[in-house]
Amino acid sequence: MPTTKRSANHLQRIVAQSTELLQELVSHLRQNRTQLREEWANRITEAQLLTAMTKEELFAEATSVYDNYVETLATGTFEALQSYSRNLSERIIPRGVETHEVVGIVLLLRDVLARSLFAKYQGDFTMLNRILDAYEPAANRIANTVAVGFVQERERVIRQQQEAIRELSTPVLQVRERLLILPIIGVIDPQRARQLTEQLLRGIRTNRAKVVVIDITGVAAMDATVANHLVQTVEASRLLGATVIVTGLSPEIAQTIVTIGVDLGKMNTVGDLQGGIEQAERLLGYKVVPVADAASS
Amino acid sequence: MPVPQDILVSIRSDVDIVLARQQGRSMATSIGFAATDATLIATAISELARNIVTYAQQGEVAMRGVETSHSKGIVIVARDNGPGIRSIPDVLRDGYSTSGGLGLGLPGVKRLMDEFAIESEPRRGTTVTIRKWLK
Amino acid sequence: MEVPILKQGRFLIATIQAALSDADLLQLRRALIDKVIHFRSHGVIVDVTALDVMDSFATRTLRDITNVIRLRGADTVIVGIQPEVAFAMVQLGLTMEGVATALDLEEGLAHLQQRAARNT
Repeated sequence: MPTTKRSANHLQRIVAQSTELLQELVSHLRQNRTQLREEWANRITEAQLLTAMTKEELFAEATSVYDNYVETLATGTFEALQSYSRNLSERIIPRGVETHEVVGIVLLLRDVLARSLFAKYQGDFTMLNRILDAYEPAANRIANTVAVGFVQERERVIRQQQEAIRELSTPVLQVRERLLILPIIGVIDPQRARQLTEQLLRGIRTNRAKVVVIDITGVAAMDATVANHLVQTVEASRLLGATVIVTGLSPEIAQTIVTIGVDLGKMNTVGDLQGGIEQAERLLGYKVVPVADAASS
Repeated sequence: MPVPQDILVSIRSDVDIVLARQQGRSMATSIGFAATDATLIATAISELARNIVTYAQQGEVAMRGVETSHSKGIVIVARDNGPGIRSIPDVLRDGYSTSGGLGLGLPGVKRLMDEFAIESEPRRGTTVTIRKWLK
Repeated sequence: MEVPILKQGRFLIATIQAALSDADLLQLRRALIDKVIHFRSHGVIVDVTALDVMDSFATRTLRDITNVIRLRGADTVIVGIQPEVAFAMVQLGLTMEGVATALDLEEGLAHLQQRAARNT
């Protein structure tokens, strides 16, 4: 639908008015900064939010949030707020601050500022409406930006923690000199597969391993991507001078590997872990002595 | 820490390949990529720059840090005005088995990165754009 | 930049520095052939510990070197590929089939000695 010249001008006027109104709003917020900030800090305490912080810390954070809030209203751009929000989240997440607290305090600030607008413009209903029309969308977008920034940072921290747990739970074991065992258990997604590969390669270098036994008895199923990672792990290990023996290969997984075009004959596979370790020891030049003989000597 | 600026490396000879990948590695590191990812990025740049030298004789590799509300990353654009590629699907065709390092190596480059896009027209040149994000 | 090649008994050790250009690699190939002939070496170690990127050209050239040196009856082993480099190589599809690799100089020498013992 074409915009006529008249309605284009009309739109322009509304935008210009909105900007004017926002500027008036911003100066009101700046002029009353001290008491509005204090009112907000009190309401935060009343609502029992940010209990992990001391009064001084709370006040300091409240000050910087307030100033960023007003600045965002003044400039109309949100990049600075996004960075600030990420920054703030990085600081407070380790302190144990939770999502509902962050959302809560931002909404309280929005309310405190809205109330002060009611108080100022209560004599002029038309003006009040116009100012709220300008304020509300901006305030809501601010609340959204801060909350989303916080949640994303939390998600990032959680991912990092999961990664750390994964690393701890997939040990690369050195059972003998020059021999490493990597038992893989459970579900492997491509990310974990890649992490395993990196850990194994580093382990080969650190332990100067010549043989690696990768045991996948505990792996129920593997899709083509992960099977490919396994093959890549074998190839990369060879580049570091290590021979890889894969044990516990189920018929299904063997089929998957063949399907992705790898010649299973080229891969060194043994039925079970015990057999794999024995072959590894043979490759390393250890004599394999039956337990009974060893006990009697 | 501010995201690093644009870097443009003119590619004319094999010496420029080394320069491009060194710049790529150092930009990747300053963006925050770990050693493994920085190596993947440097290797991808090396292959793309090598293609320029081999097939187009000259071109350029541009690299730039990027930042969105979700993450930070690096974007690399390798472009030349060379003979172009007649059939893009053919050069991107790839089984999981190794290629032995022959040909354009584009499927390999695609595997190394998170995002890969290629535009090419015979006689008009080729532009490859690749991206990798911090996890 | 020329790659230093040292003679160690019956073997030659070439130590590559980072930032190796294509021309440097080709020069290395020539130099190794010359020296293998001159010293009648039984084996060559190419130490790539300092290489932070191995791309398709480097891989092809190392394979060439291995093949050409084998024509003189000598073995080649590549040592010192870094974990990150190995990872990138397999992702790119470069596996260096037919080329012997070992973890480091010590392992490389052991490998060459084993091969030499088998050949005598």
